[in-house]
Amino acid sequence: MNIVVCVKRVPETAEADLKIASEGRSIDPEGLAFAINESDNYALEEALLIKEDRDGTVTVITMGPEDSEDVLRMSMAKGADAAVRLWDPAFEGSDAVATARVLAAAIKDMEYDLVLTGCMASDDGRTQVGVALAALLGIPHATYVTELAVEDGRVTVGRELEGGLIEKLDVALPCVVTIQTGINEPRYASIMGIAKASKREIAIRSAGDLSIDASEVGEGGSSTKVLGIEYPPLGEGAEILEGTPAEASEKLAQVLKEKGFA
Amino acid sequence: MNEILVLAEHLRGEIKDITFEMLGKAADLAGESGAPVSAVLFGSGVGELSERLASYADQVLVRDHEGFANYNSAVYQPVLGGIIREREPSLVMIGHTAFGVDLAPSLAVDLGLPLATDVIDVGLDGTGFVATRQTYGGKINERVGFGDAERVMVTVRSAAFPAEEGARSGSVVELDVDVPPEPEVRKFLEYVEAAAGDVDITKSEVVVAVGRGIKEQENLEMVEELAEMLGGVLACSRPVVDAGWLPKDRQVGSSGKTVKPKLYVAVGVSGQFQHLSGMKSAETIVAINKDPKAPIFSAAHYGIVGDLFKVVPALKEKIAALRA
Repeated sequence: MNIVVCVKRVPETAEADLKIASEGRSIDPEGLAFAINESDNYALEEALLIKEDRDGTVTVITMGPEDSEDVLRMSMAKGADAAVRLWDPAFEGSDAVATARVLAAAIKDMEYDLVLTGCMASDDGRTQVGVALAALLGIPHATYVTELAVEDGRVTVGRELEGGLIEKLDVALPCVVTIQTGINEPRYASIMGIAKASKREIAIRSAGDLSIDASEVGEGGSSTKVLGIEYPPLGEGAEILEGTPAEASEKLAQVLKEKGFA
Repeated sequence: MNEILVLAEHLRGEIKDITFEMLGKAADLAGESGAPVSAVLFGSGVGELSERLASYADQVLVRDHEGFANYNSAVYQPVLGGIIREREPSLVMIGHTAFGVDLAPSLAVDLGLPLATDVIDVGLDGTGFVATRQTYGGKINERVGFGDAERVMVTVRSAAFPAEEGARSGSVVELDVDVPPEPEVRKFLEYVEAAAGDVDITKSEVVVAVGRGIKEQENLEMVEELAEMLGGVLACSRPVVDAGWLPKDRQVGSSGKTVKPKLYVAVGVSGQFQHLSGMKSAETIVAINKDPKAPIFSAAHYGIVGDLFKVVPALKEKIAALRA
């Protein structure tokens, strides 16, 4: 069972104060910590669990410049067998479909049974690359998966629908499965694993290596384009209770008392 | 602009709100340009649903077939793709739901249509379609253009638009298109209900929810005590369930429970839209979060910007003092 896991390096922004870059189309990365996209991390763990159960290999793959290598190394430190980084200046500015095109060009020539990836990138939130990749590879897919079992050339998956309802599907291999957070408990890399992974080779593939027509990728090859970004309008918003924690809490306690809760 | 085509989403005999929300937005767009609004409905035994949709669209394009008894994007895709190829609508709208995200990206690749996902707005500016979507967990709004494409597809976020009563009297058109058998490579098996837990958070008048900001499982106790003081129950956002700190039945949000308590206190919850959609109808919403730009503050009525590990103990003290 050979598994390819597509991962993305993203900034951790849950508690960060985001600044818009001067060109107005992206955020300023300065001061932000970067890590593997959260649902990709669950996808990697799922791949490692399957490998431990059934043998085979796990290959992690990403599209990105050199700084993306830290997520590939961390993936190898956790147990991935090989890592591939796809990069070419021509890939810059690729939208979701152009990104899927680059991934598909690399994966189609690999020996794989299953492609796993996160269901959504926490930065752009597109929820699109995995399914577009399946379409480009001409194989079936399943999304938002929180249960996965491999058996006899097929996978049985549970997809998480709204309200916690689970949809069970039976999908033939090879296929693309996009993994939802919470499916497993991602492991941490050991110090030994990190030390070993730091010396491992990462294969790098350019547009030429992948026989990709540069006009089909990057900003020019993308059918959607980010025109600009801005902070969401605040709307009415909350009445902010100011002061030290004690002062603000005093005010909140009074509000709760007036409303009959305290 | 030509036709606007909206894919109706339904489950177990009920049309999902997202369908009416999209049709409302489509009607607004059509009003500006005079384009017809069509709802596409696939299902088995859906006569009643098609009648209901007719008050929201100029026409309801129905394919009633047993092959659509359960949702399977692998069956929807070729049939919907065929309809789109034939009718060439200017805009295709699909819900950004678990069904929609399983269908739209591959359908768009198949049709060669540009797709913007999870949009909160879409319209025409001087040069073409422009969509607005959110990134970074709702902290940034992004405007997406489609170049000079005259035909585009979007998936639409739930509750981005209001679901108003339909005021149209459209016609119901039965489509005579082939429905392929469910492909061997992807078969629907069954729906499985989420297991019920010991506490039903939807029944409580006070809900205190913790989010990623709680950091460690052992910190839950501090917030649970606050919930008990207020006569409420402890709930959470997704990361807390993912970490295994609370069971799934305590999760508030689109893939968890929808609650409408009298008081909702969000502690260390950033407020991604999936969470907001499960609690925004609460009567009074209080948010405690250290990031002043956290989206939870735009949904809340009262907010404290601060470290929850300082604010929650202080709040418990103040409430105790008021009662003393």
